[in-house]
Amino acid sequence: MKKTFARKYLGIPYAIFLVLFVIAPLLVLFYYAFTNATGHFTVENLIGFFTDSNTIGTLLYSLALALVVTLVCLLIAYPIAYVLARSKFNSKSVVIMLFVMPMWINFTLRLTALKEILTAIEGNLAFHPFINTVIGMTYDFLPFMILPLYNTISKLDGSLLEAARDLGAGEIQVFLKVTLPLSMPGIVSGTAMVFLPAMTNYVVPDMLYNSTYIMGSLIGSYFSAYDWHNGSMIALVLLLIIVLFTLLTGSEEEEKRGGALL
Amino acid sequence: MKKIAGPIIVVLGLIFVYAPILILAVYSFTDATTIGAIRGFSLSNYITLFTTPELGSMIWGTVALALVSSVLATILGTVGAIGSFYSDKRIGKTFGAANQIPVVNADVVTAFSLCILLVVVLGVSKDTFIPLIIGHVVLSAPFVYLSVMPKLKQMDSSLYEAALDLGASPAQALAKIIIPQIFSGIVSGFAMAITLSLDDYFIATYTKPATFDTISTYVVNATRGSHTEIKTALWGLSTVIFLIVLAVAISMNLYRGKVKSEERSDA
Repeated sequence: MKKTFARKYLGIPYAIFLVLFVIAPLLVLFYYAFTNATGHFTVENLIGFFTDSNTIGTLLYSLALALVVTLVCLLIAYPIAYVLARSKFNSKSVVIMLFVMPMWINFTLRLTALKEILTAIEGNLAFHPFINTVIGMTYDFLPFMILPLYNTISKLDGSLLEAARDLGAGEIQVFLKVTLPLSMPGIVSGTAMVFLPAMTNYVVPDMLYNSTYIMGSLIGSYFSAYDWHNGSMIALVLLLIIVLFTLLTGSEEEEKRGGALL
Repeated sequence: MKKIAGPIIVVLGLIFVYAPILILAVYSFTDATTIGAIRGFSLSNYITLFTTPELGSMIWGTVALALVSSVLATILGTVGAIGSFYSDKRIGKTFGAANQIPVVNADVVTAFSLCILLVVVLGVSKDTFIPLIIGHVVLSAPFVYLSVMPKLKQMDSSLYEAALDLGASPAQALAKIIIPQIFSGIVSGFAMAITLSLDDYFIATYTKPATFDTISTYVVNATRGSHTEIKTALWGLSTVIFLIVLAVAISMNLYRGKVKSEERSDA
């Protein structure tokens, strides 16, 4: 009896760590979001967020940006992942490695490289702030989309594709009715890896001279102004989006698993 | 037609990913200050990079932070995973859920909330480096946990029982039976922790001492400034890091090939 206890207790330090530095900060965030500078309970920050056209504009801009970035990443990553996963090329693991390798290079340095190239091409980055931000984020997040797609597509059962072909489906039909639905788990986890960073990683628009705020930049500006209460409210709204997103993608994945059983 | 479409897509993808890094690498060996200008060969960027004390302390500071936080994260994440694996199902599930929070959370939110708790509420000075180190452990320990957990699930549990039956103490059995079996998970968790720490911008910005810079925070500030000498020295830094990453990737591939061929010859 004592022996099994010994192993179980090993988890205690990490459990304490998680409570102190993961759960407690979120509770403090709640507290600050619903209090004002004098420490009194208030819903002003909440109302302020949803009635200020600036913050709502930022929320919509971030959502639009994240949507576009996710779609662009998906459109670029899917063909690459598909070709690599279906090819019989011997050293394709090396090619996958080549796509993953940039993740190990500091992202601000990679963005510096991209910025210099874009400057050379466009002359002045200020003319296309939205497009440049989309390019920058795609450049930054692409490996996170390729990897889950590649993993899902390469595990795909080839005999299902053959069966579809034998039953008379054309190549396009096979792709739309078999390959694409079966790669949904990869699309979902790739989307989860790209969508949220696209709403919050404000270093990308900052470095590419896009002065329009995204949700992350709002937190950044409240942080610089020592406005913990309004900053917490923004963080809380982001947290809510993250929870919704996780629930949405999580349930979809479970549905897929259920669907696969049928 | 169809035969070449596939490779073309892949090659275009690789060009998109590597062209900026490689072009910047070429220009880092000239004294040009913008891409496109044609200038002669020069090592001035590398001389600036390796002789400017400010750049040196920023690079070594980043590396030291990554090592310290990753060691802590690896220890915490590993014991956490072992403890959670052997706990009751309900506790294990709660553990896993709490561990998942920093993984799915946006870095800005994690950073901001930690800054409020540690600096604003508890009054810990950022100059102590404590908020920064804790922040990086929060960032990376969950990934150690996640890479150790599958190894625990694959593990042959009867070996541990056998060791106990043969008279090993639980601590001995843990060190000699469990740890070796999950070691590959611990190593990849540690590697993950290092890369997360090196790549981080947000945690550092919200928790670091004002006088300390990591590569990320330094680069972002440098691009705002107009100091061209520093700007182009960073091109050199980018090239050096690219070469290190390339060397690590190649040696990892060679090592994996060796392990695979050994496995094959064993079978």
